[in-house]
Amino acid sequence: MTQCNHGLMQAFKLVKKVQENEKTTTMWLDGNLENATPGQYVMAWLPDVGEKPFSLHSATPLALTICAVGPVSRAITALNSGDTLWIRGPLGKGFSLTGKKHLLVGGGYGAAPLSYLADEALKRGDQVVTCLGAASAKDLMLIDELTRLGATVHVTTDDGSFGTQGLVTAVVLEQIETDKPDCLYACGPTGMLMALWDICQAHKIPVQLSFEALTRCGLGLCGACELDETLCARLGLPSGWLVCHDGPVARLNLQN
Amino acid sequence: MANLTVDFLGIKLNNPLVLASGVLGTSPAVMERCAREGVGAVTSKSAGTEARDGHANPVALAWQGGVINAIGLTNPGCHAELPILIETKKRLKPLGVPLFASIFAPRLEDFGEVARVIAEAEPDLIEVNISCPNVASDFGTPFSATAKSAAEVTREVRRAVKIPISVKLAPNVYNLGEIARAVVAEGADAITAINTVPGMLIDAYAARPVLKNTTGGLSGPTIKPVALRAVWEISQVVDVPIIGTGGISSGIDAAEMIMAGAALVGVGSALVNGGPAVFGKINTELQEFMRSQGYQDLESMRGLVHRRANDTV
Repeated sequence: MTQCNHGLMQAFKLVKKVQENEKTTTMWLDGNLENATPGQYVMAWLPDVGEKPFSLHSATPLALTICAVGPVSRAITALNSGDTLWIRGPLGKGFSLTGKKHLLVGGGYGAAPLSYLADEALKRGDQVVTCLGAASAKDLMLIDELTRLGATVHVTTDDGSFGTQGLVTAVVLEQIETDKPDCLYACGPTGMLMALWDICQAHKIPVQLSFEALTRCGLGLCGACELDETLCARLGLPSGWLVCHDGPVARLNLQN
Repeated sequence: MANLTVDFLGIKLNNPLVLASGVLGTSPAVMERCAREGVGAVTSKSAGTEARDGHANPVALAWQGGVINAIGLTNPGCHAELPILIETKKRLKPLGVPLFASIFAPRLEDFGEVARVIAEAEPDLIEVNISCPNVASDFGTPFSATAKSAAEVTREVRRAVKIPISVKLAPNVYNLGEIARAVVAEGADAITAINTVPGMLIDAYAARPVLKNTTGGLSGPTIKPVALRAVWEISQVVDVPIIGTGGISSGIDAAEMIMAGAALVGVGSALVNGGPAVFGKINTELQEFMRSQGYQDLESMRGLVHRRANDTV
């Protein structure tokens, strides 16, 4: 790892790649990201290719779980051991562990930040239950890692090719009714997040939701990542809430 | 309590702070949020003739001297901007916060049309951005480069609209005073100074410029001395009010800018630390400074460095 002279981008070397599923790879890098918390993100830059935001899979050492969906993520996941990836961050506000019983929910590649969060909670001796949902078995990831860390893992797929057939929210509801968590943490598609918000409202559970948005400056200046105002209103967030700066994690209802 | 209110071209502001163009001026929601956080006036993101995506990432970075950006005038085009401005104006009115609308155009002859379209939203002021340093690859040399081109743009906009106009100037010229006089002679009601300062960062390990656009505009603390000098110079040669912008992140900074001659104080990159709440912080610090130094109102500080300089001659 090399600290650049202007303190902006840190150049990391790729140590190891772990294929999580057909499109998703965890990139383990050769240094630590200081002062990071689960749910925060970094901007990863490849010169001549571009720069995109990715949540942290781990901070010590730094690892990013990246789904190859566009030119930048495809180029990054095509790197080989010893290649350099430039990182700026950690950026934004992450999750804050609340209570002792944690329910983690990941939709698709939204599972990416959850093993870091699970690891932090399990290190405290807390209980962690994880519900992962995906379209199909080939879209699932991190099941083995979460299990190995000591989390209970429930899995759903839309097509029933793995785990329970159906939406992850159904399993979440069952889990809440069986053993009410102190807080729910989720990352995934906005529709899933809003469904979880409704469930948590109904069951009076504090909830922390990690949103995805088009991120350009990553500094809260350009306005590109503004969360839709109707969502802000539903969630009780101020209008003009910026995913890159105020989030990506919205910590909601912590007082209830 | 020191009085922070300002009468700016007959427009009443609760305080001298202005959300600078290019920062969070993208939607009614973000502009309303800045208003609720205590800004005196907001400036919308510059709108041009048609929609622009802007440059690809990396578009902005925070470095130890402040921020460098090359967003590239991302905007929906003036026709799509119009409903955004109308809604913003509606939301800001009950808060007592005026709306300044920033415009730009690729060609001289387009400025009048963009101004006419934007004027339909009845903003309190149109700010004419002739000095963005990040679009030269698309549009050529900025109009702010010479007194002649700056004056021609001002004339186009002045002919097109009755709304007060402020022309936003670049600092990287050797004849700023001449340019300021030229735009005022063509009917500019105010001057905004300064735009960002052209610069670049290179990552030595990558052996590449960091910004995708190669070069960008510097803002934040590193350009405050450049902005202070520009406002100081302009305020000596023209009588119109100046929106002093560049590197203001504290109440003391704001006081310095007012002492240099600014009527209003633009704030942009300071939002990088703490978001729109920075407006409340700066106002509180400005109040505290004025109380401790015995200034009753902003007028008693305005241009003070000129008066002191004259006293000693």
